[in-house]
Amino acid sequence: MKHTISVLVENNAGVLARIAGLFARRGFNIDSLAVGVTDDERVSRITIVADGSDYTLEQIEKQLNKLIDVIKVKTLKNDTSISRELVLIKVGCSSRQRAEIMSIAEIAHAKISDISNTTITLELSDSKDNLANYEELLRPYGIKEIVRTGTIAIQKGEAAVRV
Amino acid sequence: MNTTRMTVAKAMTECLKAEGISTVFGYPGAAICPFYDELYNTDIRHILVRHEVNGGHAASGYARISGKPAVAIATSGPGALNLITAIATAYMDSIPMVIITGQVNTEQIGRDVFQEADITGSAEPFVKHSYLLKNPEDTARVFKEAFYIAGSGRRGPVLIDIPYDVQKAEIDFAYPETIDIRSYRPSTYGNGQQIKRAITAMEQAVRPLICAGGGLFTGDGASLMRRFAEVNDIPVVSTMMGLGAMPTDNPRYYGMLGMHGCKSANYAVNHCDTLILLGARVGDRAISAMEARSDLTVIHIDIDPAEIGKNLAVDIPIVGDLTAVLGQLIEACGVPTEHSAWKNELDAMRSDDKVTPAKDGYINPKQFMRILDKALPDNSVVVADVGQNQIWAAANITFHGGRFLTSGGMGTMGYSIPAAIGAKAASPDKEVIAICGDGSFQMQMMELATAIQHDINIKVIVMRNNYLGMVRELQEKGYDNRLTAVSLDGSPRYTKIAEAYGIEAALVDSPEAAETAVKQLISSDRPFLIEVSVEEHEKTIL
Repeated sequence: MKHTISVLVENNAGVLARIAGLFARRGFNIDSLAVGVTDDERVSRITIVADGSDYTLEQIEKQLNKLIDVIKVKTLKNDTSISRELVLIKVGCSSRQRAEIMSIAEIAHAKISDISNTTITLELSDSKDNLANYEELLRPYGIKEIVRTGTIAIQKGEAAVRV
Repeated sequence: MNTTRMTVAKAMTECLKAEGISTVFGYPGAAICPFYDELYNTDIRHILVRHEVNGGHAASGYARISGKPAVAIATSGPGALNLITAIATAYMDSIPMVIITGQVNTEQIGRDVFQEADITGSAEPFVKHSYLLKNPEDTARVFKEAFYIAGSGRRGPVLIDIPYDVQKAEIDFAYPETIDIRSYRPSTYGNGQQIKRAITAMEQAVRPLICAGGGLFTGDGASLMRRFAEVNDIPVVSTMMGLGAMPTDNPRYYGMLGMHGCKSANYAVNHCDTLILLGARVGDRAISAMEARSDLTVIHIDIDPAEIGKNLAVDIPIVGDLTAVLGQLIEACGVPTEHSAWKNELDAMRSDDKVTPAKDGYINPKQFMRILDKALPDNSVVVADVGQNQIWAAANITFHGGRFLTSGGMGTMGYSIPAAIGAKAASPDKEVIAICGDGSFQMQMMELATAIQHDINIKVIVMRNNYLGMVRELQEKGYDNRLTAVSLDGSPRYTKIAEAYGIEAALVDSPEAAETAVKQLISSDRPFLIEVSVEEHEKTIL
């Protein structure tokens, strides 16, 4: 089962290495990992999507909490949170195909980030599942490169993971 | 706060003094020289070991007896790397230590210069926390935090790596009086609701059992556990790390459990209806003899929430400091219970492990341990190494207020002599005995020089059977008796090694010789070594 874990950490050197090392040595699987600073520049947020049983999730939470640099750990529930991933997709695109691809982009609420004589680069932000759909729609044109950020997530309503 | 201008190197010694550190263990080198130069100006006793790893083990022995974080020091690169095994050994057994390593100059880090190693990176899996001290102004805070983290919550090793140029930098120094780490606030008291549930479960229990772990040796854990067991008339078994928390001759004590445990303890674990784990992390060797059961209520009390439910499903988890939680439990107990029928059942499982005399020229190792045990003062510290010697010692040494130190989690060979040196430095008035095999002795015999140089009068027992006996047993049973790389042919006579270091020694090859030698060993106020002649194919498991 996939779990989305929001982790607030002290913005210290080496903290990402500590967390990545913990996952590796305890045999926890990371699907994606996204890191960025919060509104407090001394605090970073690491959003981890991990795969494992409930037992594994409990161990992940407990072991993360043991790291001195970790301030808070919260597993976000799917139904009470919004998750997004940003993806840049470069597809092959001749001038004849341009209109077609742009109409897909419109349906997907994608931005056209770059365009050349032979390519078009779309910028999409959506849930992982929706992104997978759009990827399939674009595949026939020839995907030249895909770049993803990894999932970030936030709770709905008033709830917040804060220091 | 009033500050004083000084170098970081001097500030480091001031930090140690402020933490009440009077003894440190270490091995110098170029990158840590500024600190050693300042150590010259202090009264701090520096014990020079003969290999860095043993500085770590010695600090571990010291910490286990003093109950406070102990300090080990090494230089950069190989010096620091040699410490890793000792750091990991301490981490597995939750021993509080602060490790100080020198590092190459800040601007050279990452350039593979002479004696450079990423020690904070390499040691990361085995430390409670670590610092690469790059900003000289952080010195006081980092030391304050390191000692606090090492010695609170679940104890463990904390590493401070300090580049050469940082040690030479000048700062305005004052040691902080308070500390606040927002991301580290270990719990003390157990959750009131869970305490109530535990009390109810204990009241309903017909066959309750306490499993005493190594965590009981922090604070007043051991004495409170004894009171708790007495008030509620609960039988007690012990893990290897918990040995000594309960006196061996206490009528409620049923011995050590696990793969190498005794019959009554393993029977108790498999037949209790309520198991109360106190500061025990349910290690695989401890519960290997335990059968899976659905009718068992497990109450697990531990300072580290991550240990609860990790290896055994738990019904009532209580996170907290054992001293505090046991206090809560004792206070919350209602009418004293009694469990005579259950104890009678367990008493019937006690077996007197008969010793068969060895053939001429040898002594049965169990018999030797019992002769030694009889002669030991009650408050002695026995440090067992790893292997057959450890099992013979654990099963035959009795406890009446003394301590048993061993590398329980990591099973690190070569632990006993340096750890005994540390333990003796922490408690010079106690008898401290290192028990090792001929395999482990040869991993650490250089430390006899440390003992001599620093007048640390440890006693050493070498159980010599000319084999790596524990591995040999595995090969006998699991590999069709194909003995591979376990013979120690070519080994020296250990009494001669002792003699070369100026240490008095005796060879024991009969029960009579054992009686005489043990008497000599106990009455000597100098280091003393006994080489015990054990039959080559003697086993631990019969």
